[in-house]
Amino acid sequence: MLNLTPVRPVLAIALLAALSAAASLSPNPLGAAAEAATPGKATIKIANFDFGPATITVPAGTSVTWTNNDDDAHSVVADNKAFRSAPLDTGESYSFTFATPGTYAYHCGLHPQMHGKVVVTR
Amino acid sequence: MTKNADHTPADAGRRDAMKCMAWAGAGVLWTIGGGVASSVLATAADAATRKSGSLDFVQISDTHIGFDKAANPDTLGTMREAIGKIKAMPVKPSFIIHTGDLTHLSKADEFDTVAQVMKDLNVPVFYTPGEHDTLDEGNGKLFLEHFGKGTWGTGYRSFDVSGVHFIGLVNVVNLNPDGQGHLGPEQIAWLAKDVAHLSPSTPIVVYAHMPLFDAYVPWGWGTVDAQQALMPLRRFGSVTVLNGHIHQVITKIEGNISFHTTRSTAYPQAAAGTPGASPGPLKVPADQLRHVLGVRDITRLHGRGALALVDQTLA
Repeated sequence: MLNLTPVRPVLAIALLAALSAAASLSPNPLGAAAEAATPGKATIKIANFDFGPATITVPAGTSVTWTNNDDDAHSVVADNKAFRSAPLDTGESYSFTFATPGTYAYHCGLHPQMHGKVVVTR
Repeated sequence: MTKNADHTPADAGRRDAMKCMAWAGAGVLWTIGGGVASSVLATAADAATRKSGSLDFVQISDTHIGFDKAANPDTLGTMREAIGKIKAMPVKPSFIIHTGDLTHLSKADEFDTVAQVMKDLNVPVFYTPGEHDTLDEGNGKLFLEHFGKGTWGTGYRSFDVSGVHFIGLVNVVNLNPDGQGHLGPEQIAWLAKDVAHLSPSTPIVVYAHMPLFDAYVPWGWGTVDAQQALMPLRRFGSVTVLNGHIHQVITKIEGNISFHTTRSTAYPQAAAGTPGASPGPLKVPADQLRHVLGVRDITRLHGRGALALVDQTLA
């Protein structure tokens, strides 16, 4: 009970962090989670045979990193062949920097029923 | 388990002909001749008949050398067990067909290992690649360097053994976002030309990695241009299609064509469309693993012009 006092500031900081995160999320819900992490970088998780998030929106110049969390291998291949990763075994990653605005649809080269999209804005 | 996929109403007659599907210790024995499929118990008597058969070969599939995750940390070990199973067969097969996913990541040392292990059988092996074998920068160049001798294009080929015409197709190269396997116009044109001169009574065996029928399209278990490719085969009395990819036995009869997927020697996958499942490696209790891995023995019964398929598990 006596130990409660020192905890309060920590809680307050956590609350503030949560509030500011929520504030930064609200103006641009599409792909905002990825943008919030590090400017110029975004991440996509491959899990359970899905790209997550399936669609992200990033500014031009963003480096997008895909990481495979499945036990099976996956790959990342642009529908228009603009980029193609090597096979990604469990835990492996692939990054591609999107310099030009546009919409980039991609799929898994091993499981082409898996689809995703990167929307690159100015 | 063998499972009959959905049948169209037009297949009703065929379905009746298949009603005696049965299981025995060694597996189910399918006999396919003249477009009608039937099945009987695989008994010792059958084994004796098969001894006098004019053709005996084995299908092995999805060895996934290089995979070492929870579903099977020792894929090399189970592949060797499968080879042991083949060596213990009462009739030595005259050749082996490997229906793809030899490797897990298309690495040179993985291909070398597969070649080394298969050498133990001392019979010719015909390989067709799976999507796991075409992941190198050359989109399958490494596979072709190892196993492409005598093939065309991406690795397709045909050959004749004991009056049966064999066609090995490749439906895994440069997969499109359309979500399934595909053969492409060049290979389809080659296939039409390849069978043009054959008599309709010639038994045909087609093999490819991904199913050439719709096993479960939401998981990509099909080939988008298979119907078009199989068109020139509709005039034949008996066409047997052997596939891998889905790590389980499914059989479908469509007129004169019967489709059979086979087990992996590496790990099982969920039954098509299992709610909440994905088409990835499925972990089963360790003591169950060898009950869901296996190989397939195929015999042309002497004097009957029919092919018999026996699916065997490792345990």
